[in-house]
Amino acid sequence: MKPASFRYYAPQNVDEAVALLGEHAGEDGHILAGGQSLVPMMALRLARPGALIDINQIASFAEIICESGWLAIGPCVRHAAFHKSVVDNPLGTLLSDVAKHIAHYPIRTRGTFCGSLAHADPSSEWCLVAAALGAEIHARNISATRIINAVDFFSGAMVTTLKPDEMIVSVHLPLLPADSVFGFAEFSRRAGDFAMAAALTVYRLEDGRIADARLAVGGAEEDPRRIAQAEAILNGALPGTEIFREASKAAAAAIDPITDVQTNSHFRRKLVHTICERALARTVSRDG
Amino acid sequence: MSGTQSIIGRSVPRLEDEVLLKGEGRFAADISFPNQLHMRVVRASNAHARIVSIDTAAARAATGVVAVWTSNDIQDVPSIDFRDPAAEALGPYRQPVLAHKIIRYVDEPVAVVFAEDPYLAEDAADLVEIDIEELPPQLHASDAPGEFASGIGTEPIVLNSAYGDGEAAFGSAHAIIELDLTIGRHSGVPLETRGALGVYDPQKDLIELFGAAKVPHRNRDTLMRMLKREVHLHEGHVGGGFGVRGEIYPEDVLVCVAALRLGRPVKWIEDRYEHLMAANQSRGQRHLAKIAVDAEGRVLALRDEFFHDQGAYVRTHGARVPELTMGMLPGPYRIPSFQAQAHFRLTNKTPCATYRAPGRFEGSFVRERLMDAVAEKLGIDRIEIRRRNLVSKDEMPYARPLSTLGTEVVLDSGDYELLLDKALARFGWDEAAKATEKRRANDEKVGIGLGIFVEKTGLGPTDSAHVSVDSSGAIEIVTGGASLGQGFETVMAQICAEALGVDYENISVIHGQTDRIASGIGAHASRATVMTGNAVHVAALNLRTKLLEAAAVLMQSKPDALDIVDGQIISKENGSGPSLSIAAAAGDDGFSAEGAFHVDHMAYPYGIHMAQIRVDQGTGAVKVERYLVAYDVGRAVNPKLVEGQIVGGFAQGLGGALFEEFLYDEQGQPLSVTFADYLIPTLSEVPEIDVLVTEDAPSPLNPLGIKGAGEAGTNAVAAAIASAIDDAIGKPGAVTQIPVTPQRLMVLMQD
Amino acid sequence: MDSFDIILNINGSDHAVSVEPRRTLADVIREDCGLTGTHTGCEHGVCGACTVIIDGEPMRSCLMLGVQAAGKSIRTVEGLADGDALHPLQEAFKDEHALQCGFCTPGFLMLAIAALERDPNISDEALNELLSSNLCRCTGYANIISAVRKFRDAGK
Repeated sequence: MKPASFRYYAPQNVDEAVALLGEHAGEDGHILAGGQSLVPMMALRLARPGALIDINQIASFAEIICESGWLAIGPCVRHAAFHKSVVDNPLGTLLSDVAKHIAHYPIRTRGTFCGSLAHADPSSEWCLVAAALGAEIHARNISATRIINAVDFFSGAMVTTLKPDEMIVSVHLPLLPADSVFGFAEFSRRAGDFAMAAALTVYRLEDGRIADARLAVGGAEEDPRRIAQAEAILNGALPGTEIFREASKAAAAAIDPITDVQTNSHFRRKLVHTICERALARTVSRDG
Repeated sequence: MSGTQSIIGRSVPRLEDEVLLKGEGRFAADISFPNQLHMRVVRASNAHARIVSIDTAAARAATGVVAVWTSNDIQDVPSIDFRDPAAEALGPYRQPVLAHKIIRYVDEPVAVVFAEDPYLAEDAADLVEIDIEELPPQLHASDAPGEFASGIGTEPIVLNSAYGDGEAAFGSAHAIIELDLTIGRHSGVPLETRGALGVYDPQKDLIELFGAAKVPHRNRDTLMRMLKREVHLHEGHVGGGFGVRGEIYPEDVLVCVAALRLGRPVKWIEDRYEHLMAANQSRGQRHLAKIAVDAEGRVLALRDEFFHDQGAYVRTHGARVPELTMGMLPGPYRIPSFQAQAHFRLTNKTPCATYRAPGRFEGSFVRERLMDAVAEKLGIDRIEIRRRNLVSKDEMPYARPLSTLGTEVVLDSGDYELLLDKALARFGWDEAAKATEKRRANDEKVGIGLGIFVEKTGLGPTDSAHVSVDSSGAIEIVTGGASLGQGFETVMAQICAEALGVDYENISVIHGQTDRIASGIGAHASRATVMTGNAVHVAALNLRTKLLEAAAVLMQSKPDALDIVDGQIISKENGSGPSLSIAAAAGDDGFSAEGAFHVDHMAYPYGIHMAQIRVDQGTGAVKVERYLVAYDVGRAVNPKLVEGQIVGGFAQGLGGALFEEFLYDEQGQPLSVTFADYLIPTLSEVPEIDVLVTEDAPSPLNPLGIKGAGEAGTNAVAAAIASAIDDAIGKPGAVTQIPVTPQRLMVLMQD
Repeated sequence: MDSFDIILNINGSDHAVSVEPRRTLADVIREDCGLTGTHTGCEHGVCGACTVIIDGEPMRSCLMLGVQAAGKSIRTVEGLADGDALHPLQEAFKDEHALQCGFCTPGFLMLAIAALERDPNISDEALNELLSSNLCRCTGYANIISAVRKFRDAGK
């Protein structure tokens, strides 16, 4: 399981990186950040990039910056950077809660947030976060920088709308209203495995009723997304087991499940129902 | 007899550990020879196909490539033979070293590349083009057999075993239960993949194979026959075996032939993707089992017709696994009438062979499901039903009119009821039953279950060992044994130390080197401690005799007035008087002695697994809350090592019960090909279990009274977990298939 | 493709090697630097047998390219013992029978050392979660947990 040959570059700044990517896009040039998803695929020779552009030496890429109501996450920010809350806002706690579910510690010290998005595995926790919160992906090539909203970013399992010569230079997550509550849950066969269903919910209370509800499901369809039918049930309702069950049932019914030999569509829906309920329960109690 | 404190029975630290802890192990991938070539196997992409042509031109021209072979290049190399004499009917089904004309499973070796480095070898392998015509694959052992080759079908043999009057039993039974049970295909999957290094010495006309394991002497014999010259096998450090590593595979033959023909050492290290499709798989069986009982639930007859999924070829074990399944199926129970029929069937999947507790993991699942079903049908408690059927200690030795592995099944010793009582008390079975019932009333799906089993260990017939002491007093044991990580060296050293009267840490143990001792049994079938251990014991006693005779002269005494304690020869009457070190007694030339041990029958340890599990109703996941393995080992040489075997074996059994399965799609494409698909339990999935090792029934078949322990932890896991799941979900008999995946369990819980 | 001349600092010593970029760090450590204590069990980042410590953090060396490790401080299992004197964690493994075949052992040692150096008071729960990162096929994990806890508790 040795990777096929490739040209290797280690640019020192973003302009160099973008230029190299532009030059090598034709031979499936790839950005190498954490490598925790890309290198195994190369080992299995499922991926055979003609060139790897290693961005780990670009110091500014490891920065997390908070500005104008957004958290800007650089392309080399590791999963482990989120173990402790990075911002004094419910978003910080949310990211730290989710981070602990990603793979295992030694993967988190190396793998990156932005890399997860570019890789677009349906089970990716960060992809779920991006979809749930409406992340903005800043993509750059030699011509321009553009902003892609999460809703337009994922386009199938392992597929994004990034052009071959574009790289992610930052992902922006919106800070949350200070009174937001959130809940995350996922199910996998073993500790650290890919999630077979994951759910992230965020909402606030207005006069005791749920407002601005977000409920996104991951690991169950080709792309993670918010489930409008479930959010409609939540908005305006008093939080409680019954309403959580109803919303979860709606989410399970709304999905177009991915299936494989271990998980048929009936079972996938059942998992989505369970996991949504658990995520919602955690908005009222961390032990839910 | 020697030493102030017995060392047999003490959990001493292992001799093996320091080297391994420091990262100084010599596993196959760690060994290199100057000027070596690297081998990469080109493997089939189809489950069943006719080879039209193989184009190796591009591969041969690639950078760093020295040669590329197909079956045409090794026409004089025969198919891989069986390790033991096997039925003639199996002969045509042996695996060719490289596929010839027909491909029979995905990942079958079709061609092979030899290059200067493994990366280049893999590049070149990608360039080999195999042109094929697809053939329909045979995928299920319980489907009607198809064609293996012209005139030869995919059911090479049907094994039959029977005794007693089944007709009468079923005719007069109070109740008859029939079950259709399936055990999923899984296997040992050691953490180190396979590896082999072939080196040829033209001056001695000798081929040496490094990376050997398990049965080096037997493999040497086979390879010598195949290659028609002298072969030595060398075992370095081995990263786990579990039955899977150490048999002769095509790659072992290829590195030897290549070393010979290319004139350079040839190194091959398997990768994980290959391993999960090429190394021996196991366990896939479907049983149609039937039991007849009287009104009190006593078994009158047991019948089992089963379909054994052998995969694409018959490898070195022949039909051993279904044979073991049948021979050990009765377990600890009285079975007045028995009939078993094994349909040994080939499919277009990875070939299968033995994996820890082979035939018994499967058989225990079947047998214990039947017992639970009888309990349910008759409204008798699951414990009571078993108690009524257990062979009693007064009946020992208990001969079953069955044979397995060429010996009759004679249970040598055992007090099954005593162990059952100890296990019930230790587990707190009655309290657990009440507590889980209460929790179920509160809507939790939690329950308890059990499985009782008999293991077979100490396969003979014979083994020998050589023990020597040099002028420095250092002791060396030379065995034909093998170490796969189980602590073989430590156990042999303890046995020798006890017999001789020395510190075990002054003893070095040689194993796995066919040029150091003429014959050996390796390590498999939990036989090393029994056979090699007893041979070492005899050799050590013989050495002791020689030392005392020499010392007697030097000390002007008589041999039987002397003793050896902590490496010093002393007078029995006056222990603190003049003494002589064994080094001095050994003199400049040292001494050596041989020992042999022979046995006609195996030793049968036995045990009980008890489980308490909880089902997550929202996901179908099973959590093991508590687990007990109670096991009578006869006599434990190193209790902590025995425990280690049991706990490790349990983790594998748990994998087979809940997580591990080699799945194939309808074209015969393997789906479990990385560690993301094939789910080995991590620490989070493996609970800490309780282990109760007893020594109530030493074996009368050897002077040390020992029985083996390697497979005890694995044997009844599926049985116990299935029993507990049924209890948890309130559906007796629900579990008929393992692994019990969340998806399958959700279906069982519905309706 | 062309090779890169790099210097790898492993257990305090510099190794000057010339490697193709596609060679994994695991292979470079093992073959080019001759330190075979780090093992590869899967080469796709799941089993953790290849775990080494890089700049204080545990990482899977099969998931890094050798060229990426230049200029970093790498520690492997060979750097734990002091001559013949085992590191206390190694002693704890020996006392607790925390290894059988020993193939996964270097990975577990480096994983545990990195974690305990970072947090000597790591909780039982966090330790279990951490040790779930790596696969062992022989021991069933119980003795590995005991050994690491023994080492942690001795340090308190």
